[in-house]
Amino acid sequence: MGTRDCGQKSAMSSPCIGEAGRTGDWRSTRPEFDPAKCLAVKAGRPACFQCWAYCPEGVIKKEVGSEVDLTYCKGCGICVEVCPSGAITMIPEPEEE
Amino acid sequence: MTTTKHKVHVLTGNEAVATAAKLCRVQVVAAYPITPQSSVVETLSKIIEQGELKAEFVTVESEHSALAVCIAASTVGARVFTATSANGLAYMCEQVHWAAGARLPIVMGLANRAMAAPWSVLNDQQDSMTMRDAGWIQIFCRNNQEIFDTFVQAFKIAETVHVPVMVCYDGYILSHTVMPVEIPAQESVDAFLPPYKPHTILDPAHPRNLNPVTLADPRRNGDGELCHGYMELRYLHQEALLNAPAVITAVDQEYGKAFGRSWGGMAWGYQAEDAEILLMAAGSLCMEASVAVDRLRQEGIKAGVLGLRVYRPFPKKELIEATKNAKVVAVFDKSMSYGNEGPICADLKAALYGSGSAPIVHGYITGLGGRDVKYRHLMDAAKTSLTAANNGISTKASEWINCQI
Repeated sequence: MGTRDCGQKSAMSSPCIGEAGRTGDWRSTRPEFDPAKCLAVKAGRPACFQCWAYCPEGVIKKEVGSEVDLTYCKGCGICVEVCPSGAITMIPEPEEE
Repeated sequence: MTTTKHKVHVLTGNEAVATAAKLCRVQVVAAYPITPQSSVVETLSKIIEQGELKAEFVTVESEHSALAVCIAASTVGARVFTATSANGLAYMCEQVHWAAGARLPIVMGLANRAMAAPWSVLNDQQDSMTMRDAGWIQIFCRNNQEIFDTFVQAFKIAETVHVPVMVCYDGYILSHTVMPVEIPAQESVDAFLPPYKPHTILDPAHPRNLNPVTLADPRRNGDGELCHGYMELRYLHQEALLNAPAVITAVDQEYGKAFGRSWGGMAWGYQAEDAEILLMAAGSLCMEASVAVDRLRQEGIKAGVLGLRVYRPFPKKELIEATKNAKVVAVFDKSMSYGNEGPICADLKAALYGSGSAPIVHGYITGLGGRDVKYRHLMDAAKTSLTAANNGISTKASEWINCQI
């Protein structure tokens, strides 16, 4: 149940995605996309991608109908600020018990 | 006991350190010269250059880099050594903490010297005391034979408990004074100290991040295994230090069986069994205290020495036991926790609190910046403390010995 079972004396990890922890745990609000307002979805082809370009974590996919990898999204909200069509809003995460 | 091929050499403390490093077959040496430590690495540099020791001697531009080199070399499995003094240790400070947190068995020689300002190259113990909370084991030596023997022990201790060891010895008083030192044969040291087996991993087929950003809470790694957070790693470090006294004592006893000399493990006594007053100190000051005790005994005063050999981990259990029959303990600190009192004195009081055994503890500050400490100073202090205790005075402010203000 504790961490002793990992057997490590000092901090050590294998290089892999998220080896420093799942940073999505830090998030208090998460981005939600409204496809009806997204320029790329409306155009039906690759377009705009401001959210992808400005995401500091690189967790937004560069494709029509963007998806966010919530395992690592820290909830900074920069995508909301840069979206020219107001297609993204931040939704509060449920409070921890 | 191995008795063959021992040779007695007349060595300075610094030469004893260099000779020990050689016989321990250190593989990487990195150090920067600073008085009074410099001749340790000068001697080692010569030994390596002459081909007497197969090791890398890395010349660096600062003490910070010296310990950084040692950390890197120790991480990949080398037995490493460095030495410094005072401001050099202060310049290493960040890496001193890193070496401990990374749980690397580095052994450092510290020729104790006063901290500047004002500039001084002479002895006191402020430098090591300043690093007491960094998580190293700190061992104090009373003479050059103990310096040699403690270094050989220190590698074994460090490589068993995975905590770095600082071997402290008084600058000039020991570092530059010659004494007979019995040097064992290489085969005997090899038999006592097997090659280091690292706990860190260097394998290109299975790359690792060592000491990466570690978040506050435990987390699962890429393989889904729950790993320590920062606090769990620090708990393990404290656990290792709390378990270290058993190892330090066992290694000292094993050394005694192999080489005929043991140094008291965590703490030692001289004429201490029936002593009403104990004179407590660390390092070479204990030898002066032994002279004072002999003279006090001639005057009919039941005095003894309580020698603190290991300062971290602090030997609470041993000190409670060693002081339980004494009326008063006079603690002589060669350093100061400014704004409070001598660090050894404060730690002894904390150890005794709630133990049920409560001798009176008086603190004395002595020998700062090389101020000479004579046995008669220690005798006077002991008499003052004993008189005060007999008059029911249980506490008094730290007294500065031979401070001519």
